[in-house]
Amino acid sequence: MVGELRQSTPITLNTFMRGIWSENPVFVMLLGMCPVLAVTNSVINAVAMGLATTFVLLCSSTLVSILRSFIPKQVRIATYIVIIATFVTMVDYIIQAISLELYKALGAFIQLIVVNCIILGRAEAYASRNNILKTVVNSAGMGIGFTFALLCLGGVRELLGNGTFLGFPVFWEGFQPWAIMILPPGGFFVLGAWLLLFSWLKQRQARKAQIKKGELAHAT
Amino acid sequence: MQPDSVSFIFLNACIVNNFVLALFLGICPFLGVSGKLHTAWNMGLATMFVMLVSSICAYAINFLLVEFNLEFLRLICYIAVIASAVQLVEMTIKKVSPTLFRTLGIFLPLITTNCAILGLALFQTLKEYNFIQCLAYSLGAGTGFILAIMLMAGLREKLDLAKVPNVSQGAALSLMLAGLLSLSFMGFAGLGG
Repeated sequence: MVGELRQSTPITLNTFMRGIWSENPVFVMLLGMCPVLAVTNSVINAVAMGLATTFVLLCSSTLVSILRSFIPKQVRIATYIVIIATFVTMVDYIIQAISLELYKALGAFIQLIVVNCIILGRAEAYASRNNILKTVVNSAGMGIGFTFALLCLGGVRELLGNGTFLGFPVFWEGFQPWAIMILPPGGFFVLGAWLLLFSWLKQRQARKAQIKKGELAHAT
Repeated sequence: MQPDSVSFIFLNACIVNNFVLALFLGICPFLGVSGKLHTAWNMGLATMFVMLVSSICAYAINFLLVEFNLEFLRLICYIAVIASAVQLVEMTIKKVSPTLFRTLGIFLPLITTNCAILGLALFQTLKEYNFIQCLAYSLGAGTGFILAIMLMAGLREKLDLAKVPNVSQGAALSLMLAGLLSLSFMGFAGLGG
C-alpha cells in the first residue's frame, strides 16, 4: 500500500484536461462513434446524450475504482458490464421521467450507452488502476470532452441542416437549409471534416515547432 | 408487400434501414476491420452468426421477463446473453477452425461491444416481432452488415493505391467514404413501401 502511494503521481490539471483536448475520446481516440454520429442531428439531443454518457461514465468508473481490489481478474469485464448496465438502466428511466419528447428522440441510443467503448475503456484502463479521486477527475474530463465533441457535431449539423441553433432561427429569411446534413450521410461528412481540421492544425503546429527549432539551431 | 411480411422485414433490415449506413450501429468494426477484404468477410460472417444466436436468445429471454414482470432487467440480461454468445462462438471457431480463429484474433471478443448486436435485440423487442420475424430481422441485419463492410473494404483496398493529400489520410478519409456510401444507400429509401 505504501509503495503504491509513493508510485502514484499527484493529480494535476493535465489529469482533467487530457480528456478534453490531447486525448479527446472522439477526435483523437475515435471511440464511441455510434452515438456521436446517430444523435447529433440537433444541439439538444447532442447535449442530452453527452450528459447522460458523462453521468454513466462518472458513476461506473467511481464504483469500479472503489471495488477494484475486490473484483477477481478473471471476471472483471463481465463485472464492469453489469455495473455499467445498471447505471444505464437508471439513466434510461430518469430521462423517461424528465422529458418523454427527448426520450423518443434519442430512442434506443440511451440503452446503447452500455456498449459505448469509452466507458468500458475507462473502467479497464484507468479506474481499475487508480484511486477514487483521480478516477473521478479523469472521468469528468473525458465526459466533458465527449460532450464537447457531440456539441461540435450537433452545432454544425443543426446550423446547416435546419438553419437553427437550439431551435432559434439564425439565418436570413430565404435561407435554404441543407437537408443532407440532418440525414445519415451528413453525420459522416461533418465528423470527417472536423477530423480533417484537427489533423491540419496538428500538422501546422508540428511544422511551426520544427521551423522554430531550426531557427534556434541556426542562431547558436 | 405487407409491412410485416418476412421478406419485407429482411429487405428493410438489409438495405433500406441498413444497420451501419442508415442507423449508425456497429461503426467501430466498420471503420476498424475494413482494411482488407478477406478479414472483412470473416468479421461479417462472425457478426452475422452472433446476431442470429443473440436474437433467438433475446426473444426467449424477453418472453420470460414479460411473463414475470421483470422488464427493467432487460438490458442487463441482453448484454449478459450477448457476452456469452460471443464466448460460445469463440470456442466453436477455435475447435472447428483454428486458422480462422487466429485470423480474427482480437476482433472476435470485441463483437460483444458491437452496438449493432445489442441494437438488434432492443429493436426487435421494441417492434414486437414474433419468432419467425425475429429470425428474418437478424438475418437481414447480418447480411446488411456484411454488405456494408465488404463494400467499404473493397473501396479502401483500391484507395491504398491512390494518392491523397497528407492531411486527409486515415480516419478522415474513411469517414468521407462512409458518407458517400451512406448517400448512395439513401437511394433505397422508400423501397417496398
